[in-house]
Amino acid sequence: MTQPPRLVMIGGSAGSLDVIFRLIEALPAALPAALVVVLHRKSTGDNLLVELLATKTSLRVKEAEEKEPILPGHLYIAPADYHLLIEKDLSFSLDDSEKVNYSRPSIDVSFESASDACGASLIAVLLSGANADGVEGLRQVKERGGLTIVQEPGSAEVDYMPRQAIKNVAIDIVADAGALGGIINELLRQPGER
Amino acid sequence: METLLAKDEDVELLLNDLWEIYGYDFTGYSRASVKRRIGRLIVLDKFTSFAELRYRVRTDAGYVRRFVEEITVNVTEMFRDPSFYKALREEIIPVLATRPFIRIWHAGCATGEEVYSMAILLQEANLLHKSLVYATDINPGVLEKARKGIFPLHHMKQYSENYILSGGKKDFSGYYTAKYDWAKFDDGLKSKMIISTHNLVSDWSFNEFQLILCRNVLIYFDRALQDRVFALFDESLEKLGFLALGARESLKFSVVRNKFAQLENKEKIWRKIT
Repeated sequence: MTQPPRLVMIGGSAGSLDVIFRLIEALPAALPAALVVVLHRKSTGDNLLVELLATKTSLRVKEAEEKEPILPGHLYIAPADYHLLIEKDLSFSLDDSEKVNYSRPSIDVSFESASDACGASLIAVLLSGANADGVEGLRQVKERGGLTIVQEPGSAEVDYMPRQAIKNVAIDIVADAGALGGIINELLRQPGER
Repeated sequence: METLLAKDEDVELLLNDLWEIYGYDFTGYSRASVKRRIGRLIVLDKFTSFAELRYRVRTDAGYVRRFVEEITVNVTEMFRDPSFYKALREEIIPVLATRPFIRIWHAGCATGEEVYSMAILLQEANLLHKSLVYATDINPGVLEKARKGIFPLHHMKQYSENYILSGGKKDFSGYYTAKYDWAKFDDGLKSKMIISTHNLVSDWSFNEFQLILCRNVLIYFDRALQDRVFALFDESLEKLGFLALGARESLKFSVVRNKFAQLENKEKIWRKIT
């Protein structure tokens, strides 16, 4: 039996794309984890985002598909206009229900369901953004023993989202945009708490 | 904030109640979504505990109707994914036009916005008079809305944009009458609609169609239930009939995949080939 991958959920909005580029550059292809990126974005240009991200990383980049099993060494992107949920068997579900925090995909929805599925083994990262989507999700990750990471607001293009997170949740790690990749890589070398 | 997640055991208990007492089978639904919807409903209807919700469900058949309506997702819009409707307009409708009589099924139509969109396409192609459009859903409540054809006025700007992007050439506002905050669509559009409850989980085929649309319904089902529904659609489609799914749904993992070929546009439309 292969060990199920650890999950690293990454949420971001305005000003977060460059941070994600820098973050994934620091990660090796043989990552014992899967990254799931939930970005607020327009519903067009889906493939463009996949292609852009693929140029920056040796991880396999693809959009998350419904019922798809989550595999290590992959970077999954939440498709536009659907909420992305994580099932207990570590597969994806899509959901086109009402927007949450004016957003679909909503970072709160994905973080919440990932923390329900993964508990203490989850790592959740919140980046630059102009609204508070993701803050409640981080609170739940924390409550279930997962690790919470927030981009240092001073290094964020739009600091509202990370500031709200730090204000409302006892965040485990606050780090500069440039340091996030290294930190995540280091964390994933340590044995998970699954 | 929608944060109250029910426990796994609680969800199973509740689904079991629904099956045993009311005959609704939700066991093939994707758990993450159902669980989130239950948590949302506990907040929405101000239950103080899961036990209280469960008691209400077990004892109040009237509430169960609301429960089922809220657990399932009824989000929809007119001309949703305009490029899909453009493909219907330009590639599918002309094929249907050659038939003496057209039968279409919208499975899981929710409040019917997409059914009215279809009626508009048929009317513009001068085919509505020889068509029947079946619209079904598990929820009687949403079907009542579909029957009325009255939708919130503030959505019309978006719908009008969608309509134009789908290749619509007319003045979209000509299809409805605005009154206060509502837009009432022309009765003519629903003259060929047959609106009825149908449960994809437990009901069977009831006719043969040339086009079945089931968009953003299967994402809520697990693979086994998806296969049941695909078999039902296969059985309900004429040879060379079309099956249209939501933007993120696919036949590619299904038991019927070899009997269908996806059209060469980028839309989620398949044709039954055997």
